[in-house]
Amino acid sequence: MLISVTVNGDVFEREVEEHWTLLRFLRDGLGLTGTKEGCGAGECGACTVELDGRTVNSCLALAVEADGASIRTIEGEADQGRLSTIQAAFARHHAVQCGFCTGGMVMSVRDLLQRNPRPTVEEIKEGIEGNFCRCTGYEQIVEAVLDASGQLDAAKGVLRHV
Amino acid sequence: MSDRLRTVGADVPRVETVEKLTGDALYTGDLLLPGMLHAKVKHSPHARARILRIDTARAEALPGVRAVLTGHELDYRIGLYVVDKDILAKDVVRHFGEAVAAVAADTPEIAGEAVGLIEVEYDVLTPVLDPMAAIRDDAPLVHPDLGSYAYVEAAFSPQPGTNIAHRQLVRKGDLDRGFAEAEWIVEREYTNPSVQHVPLETHVVVVQWKAGDQVTIWTSAQSPFTVRNLFCTALRLPLNQVRVVVPHVGGGFGGKAGIHLEPLVACLSRKAGGRPVRLQATREEEFSLLPCRSALTYRIRTGVRSDGTITAQQMTMYWDAGAYADYAVNVTRASAYSSGGPYDIPNAAVDAYAIYTNKPYGTAYRGFGHVEFFWGLERHMELVAQAIGMDSLEFRRRNLLRPGSLTLTGERITEHTGDPRACLDAVAEAIDYGRLTAAEAEHERTTGRKVGKGVATLHKAPAMPSFTATAAVVKMNSDASVVVNIALMEIGQGCDTALAQIVAERLRFPVERVKVAVERDTDKDPYDWQTVASKGLILSGNACLLACDDLLRQAYEVAGQALRANVVDLDHDADRVFVAHRPEESVTFAELSIGYAFPNGNGIGGPLVGVGRYIAQGLTNLDKETGQGLPALDWTYGAHGVVVDVDPETGEFDVLAISSAYDVGRVVNPGLVRGQAIGGMVQGLGTALCEGYIYDQQGRLLNPSFTDNKIPTARDIPARIDSAVVETAQLDGPFGARGVGEHPMISVAPAIGNAIQHATGAELLHMPMRFEDVWRALRSHDPIDNWITETPVGSCRSDLPGGDATVHPADAVAHPGSTHTPEVALP
Ligand code: FES
Ligand code: FES
Repeated sequence: MLISVTVNGDVFEREVEEHWTLLRFLRDGLGLTGTKEGCGAGECGACTVELDGRTVNSCLALAVEADGASIRTIEGEADQGRLSTIQAAFARHHAVQCGFCTGGMVMSVRDLLQRNPRPTVEEIKEGIEGNFCRCTGYEQIVEAVLDASGQLDAAKGVLRHV
Repeated sequence: MSDRLRTVGADVPRVETVEKLTGDALYTGDLLLPGMLHAKVKHSPHARARILRIDTARAEALPGVRAVLTGHELDYRIGLYVVDKDILAKDVVRHFGEAVAAVAADTPEIAGEAVGLIEVEYDVLTPVLDPMAAIRDDAPLVHPDLGSYAYVEAAFSPQPGTNIAHRQLVRKGDLDRGFAEAEWIVEREYTNPSVQHVPLETHVVVVQWKAGDQVTIWTSAQSPFTVRNLFCTALRLPLNQVRVVVPHVGGGFGGKAGIHLEPLVACLSRKAGGRPVRLQATREEEFSLLPCRSALTYRIRTGVRSDGTITAQQMTMYWDAGAYADYAVNVTRASAYSSGGPYDIPNAAVDAYAIYTNKPYGTAYRGFGHVEFFWGLERHMELVAQAIGMDSLEFRRRNLLRPGSLTLTGERITEHTGDPRACLDAVAEAIDYGRLTAAEAEHERTTGRKVGKGVATLHKAPAMPSFTATAAVVKMNSDASVVVNIALMEIGQGCDTALAQIVAERLRFPVERVKVAVERDTDKDPYDWQTVASKGLILSGNACLLACDDLLRQAYEVAGQALRANVVDLDHDADRVFVAHRPEESVTFAELSIGYAFPNGNGIGGPLVGVGRYIAQGLTNLDKETGQGLPALDWTYGAHGVVVDVDPETGEFDVLAISSAYDVGRVVNPGLVRGQAIGGMVQGLGTALCEGYIYDQQGRLLNPSFTDNKIPTARDIPARIDSAVVETAQLDGPFGARGVGEHPMISVAPAIGNAIQHATGAELLHMPMRFEDVWRALRSHDPIDNWITETPVGSCRSDLPGGDATVHPADAVAHPGSTHTPEVALP
């Protein structure tokens, strides 16, 4: 089936198989491999993208459902090679280890901050609850989000020397 | 000293973080090769069965199918330490989920359909599931041919005619005399189930087997050289015909050490005429086709005097290796010699067994056995202290290793080994151990919950061959920046950043001028044994230092000629080599980098390429009867302190705070250390609270998914997680540093168990600790000692509002010869 989608501002018209997920379409159809598959079952959040302004697990959505939609992926987050506020905060706070959850995580954080520009720690944890990260233990991600939302004082994690 | 270091110790952002943040970073699963086929695997639905017949005719006839493989076509066996595994099951299947056939096709859908068309007829046999039953004389054998398998004889002792893949013995002092000197003897048994690593990236491999047996493997592996080595041994190929390439890896935690899907995919590529074949494990396959962490039953018998001095300790470990030996035999070995923890035990005996069963097999997992046995050991120390009426912190302090102590294998501890006491004291202080703060007392009053505090110690040394080696190459570019080549893998732990800092420090360059090449390639990078064991910082760090020294020596040599100066009179800064007493006489690194040219055009020198080689120094094999020897490159000590609140009626609890301290020798990068600390503690929290394999009576895995095997989410982390470091310099560590990748995961669970006991008296002997386990322990019901059940158990905490959403499992299968009754007796 022929679909037309806008991804990160670019329009694509493509033939897709009807059973293809949006994730498969983004990765195999458009070569946007920053969106990852961690489970294929809607549980881990590694495949999170923005579809018409709302985050979805792209492993659960079908590509054909996205016909006419506007999609944003991690590849659209930096502007001409300049990291976004969220990305820069993630880099400063060691909020990335293996990086496999990172794309989806940043998409969820972006969605959170759009809805709630100064979230509390609890609200941040709730906002990224659907994104598994096996590496970081989330704490430095929470700190990065606090920093990205202008709450740096609350964001300072320290390593104590004894 | 630290004020003289500029880059080591600084909170440098990770060097590879930008490409991971933009989605540019390429992982193995992102690769797309021309003509690439897609593979799928046919799994065994049974834990133990004879394969009577496999019919692949219908699969082969499906359009788009390019290769179908079954075990009988493959005359190869693989194994890390015991060579016991066929690439595809032949004649028998030994665990649920085992691969019995595989297909490569034009699309994943066609491959999947073809797998469905393969017919396998089984004669289902009663599986050997319980390791305690598997070591009885009359147990059916998982590997009747064990006696004919090749194995690494220097380190392992398989017992043919039994299900014992390895037996490790350690003997220290005089056990009988030690128990005779004891006033109390406390004996208990502690258990934990198998657990899955859950890297977010599942295992993924692309292989192309080209004409002339030239093989290229792209794989999500932790250890490219070990993949190449084991692959070539199994497939009988020369090493220089096989190239292993590893791009970014999406987490490993030990599950991507060793060799996994590579041989199968290679054989599919060969059968498909050399087209590249890709296989990405599904999340479900991650749980049962790929290996897990072994379950453990740990029995500890401790002799102690009333003043708290441990006089003797007998330790018996029953490791559930599963169907193949893989790393479980080495987990058994490493755990055995570490099994006493950071305690001075004058008289000790350890008997550790790796036992074959018909379950998915065990492999390395962060902590390499220590997460599992420290659960038992540090719960035991709590219960011993309780039995003799002593505060458990004081009891631990009294028995900690100190300079002059001998480890179980006879290694003498010195003041440089590290400071377990400082770690323990730091966490005790951080959680206000032994008292409730005013806020906590108020919390008890307002919630009706009981607040409890617990501590636990930990230690671990790298488990590795005595002659483990690595190399690093530092190459200078013509602008005086450098590129570092190593084969230690960046799998999220931050080694590329730490090594870049070490190189920058040694060269006196800003870290921005140091690049660690991302993709590892066995054809291009120098050898590294494996990315495991928390050994990377010391071994690769030292190799990098030596490579820098080699590069500087070359630069000085050329500079000496250019400046007409003796090398001994030279010095350098970030940009120039200069005459120390006449600094205006200088030559820049840029001028030296690829060969120096005199004004008349004459050239000298050549490209500056520093090579550093490092090998573990002074380690030995262990004596097979006594375990005596020197296995430890270094020991990293640490401790955790935990605050919980528990509902004394329902057993519901929350972890309110975790505090940690590790003696890291030297902090290379505080952000990285914190990342390892917090990430490890939260992974330890998953192991402590909710993760674990559940089988039915036929050995079928019941929870191979995130629905039924939860891992911690952001909402599961405690309100307070803090990390502290002690810096007792490691004499042979780079700038004094030692590894801390695995340690934060160790001893989170027993610290929680100890805190729950302090709050309520519940004596937990099995981890994970679910609410219903606490509820049972509060009523002195037997713990659920083996996760074999007929009913799936809801596992993670967030699923248990009020604890009523679970089904209590049927009584576990009996464990002959094991008892959970505490034996506390005056001899
Ligand atoms: S891959 Fe979509 S939620 Fe896991
Ligand atoms: S950084 Fe590895 S899963 Fe989040």
